[in-house]
Amino acid sequence: MTTQISKHDIQHMIAKRVAKELKGPLTVNLGIGIPTLVAAYMEDDSIYLHTENGLLGVTDVEEPDVDPNLVNAGKLPVGEAVGASFFNSSDSFAMIRGGHVDVAILGALQVDETGVIANWAVPGKNIMGVGGAMDLLVGAKKVIVTMSHTAKDGKSKLLKECTYPITSTRSVDLIVTELAVFEVTDGKLRLAELMPGASIEDVREKTEAEFIEQ
Amino acid sequence: MAKQKHSAAEALAAVKSGDVILVGGFGLVGAPLTLIDELTRKDVNGLTIVSNNLGESGKGLGILLNQNKIKKGIGSYFTSNRDVGDKYQRGEIELELLPQGTLSESIRAGGAGLGGYYTTTGVGTDLAKGKEEREIDGVRYILEKAIRADVALIRAHKADTLGNLVYYKTARNFNPLMATAAKTVIAEVDEIVEPGELDPEAVITPHLYVDAIIKAQQVLTKEGVVSR
Repeated sequence: MTTQISKHDIQHMIAKRVAKELKGPLTVNLGIGIPTLVAAYMEDDSIYLHTENGLLGVTDVEEPDVDPNLVNAGKLPVGEAVGASFFNSSDSFAMIRGGHVDVAILGALQVDETGVIANWAVPGKNIMGVGGAMDLLVGAKKVIVTMSHTAKDGKSKLLKECTYPITSTRSVDLIVTELAVFEVTDGKLRLAELMPGASIEDVREKTEAEFIEQ
Repeated sequence: MAKQKHSAAEALAAVKSGDVILVGGFGLVGAPLTLIDELTRKDVNGLTIVSNNLGESGKGLGILLNQNKIKKGIGSYFTSNRDVGDKYQRGEIELELLPQGTLSESIRAGGAGLGGYYTTTGVGTDLAKGKEEREIDGVRYILEKAIRADVALIRAHKADTLGNLVYYKTARNFNPLMATAAKTVIAEVDEIVEPGELDPEAVITPHLYVDAIIKAQQVLTKEGVVSR
């Protein structure tokens, strides 16, 4: 049986699963897109959210308190937590590149079967933004990727090899899609979990990359 | 005091065609909107603009872009203004894309008098092409050159008349770094106060970096950019 799930539901399902992975105390950097949804599902109050544009201690904000000069990496309005701090961009990236951020949660366009990702450029298209992605990949202690399992044309985003330019030679640690959770160990993908409603047949059919089943 | 200027035009008097200009801001947040607006009225071209983004379509630096005054853009995220990509496809602008940590660190290094530095960011990717690579203690690094400019246009919250600056929330971003890395540094602020009114412990940019100050006339609000 194939049930059609909306893009919204897929994104929230992935965000909720990633939140379960986070046990404080931790400093976590959230990328643009699905990663920003993760905050709403976190219940551990010893998790501090870092945003690359200069704030440690990101929280949600309600409409009356929106401040146009207080935003996250996606330029969306946020609030400041009790105990928050502001800093300039090079201090922010010193935190990232210097290995002081525990977890980075990023989106990706493609992941290869060793856990290397491509998420900053599509050849021939006007995607000319790298932002902090390359910095987070070299600096964060753990990297979690959130993405839909397949592209709009139905092709797998988990490939034998990335066809888009890679973001780093470093492998990510965990990949969460609407179908499955994969762990990356010793440069290999291992199916750790099926997502609610997904079957192993679905995952096999929609995954081009080799992975270990168990 | 001599640093306080009466208008953006007076503050920008020294800017000339072909200049390399650092422009603060993360998108429109913390961008010196009054100075950018004045730059769109000034008869200059062939500019190299160093800024995280090139504004948004038709806003901020996006206006300067559409006037064909920008020869080259150096930044980390041009995707937020689709006009940049269109111009690039037509061969009307040169672009240099840098990881955001490299962009900010290169400006910091420029301000601190360094020639460059080695970083692991970008190693093994397309953005490392043509850059010197070396191994230090078993780790691969690439050489990134420092960035220095003729002019820096920055946004702060308050200045005193000496030029000491304090910032506001995430509008700080690249501004304090850019204040250190240009021959002429021009700041626009919400409020100008007398020396002694800013807590010395809270000053982020000491006055020796700052050459000119103006009051902001174009400000970012919840409703967008408005004139004040």
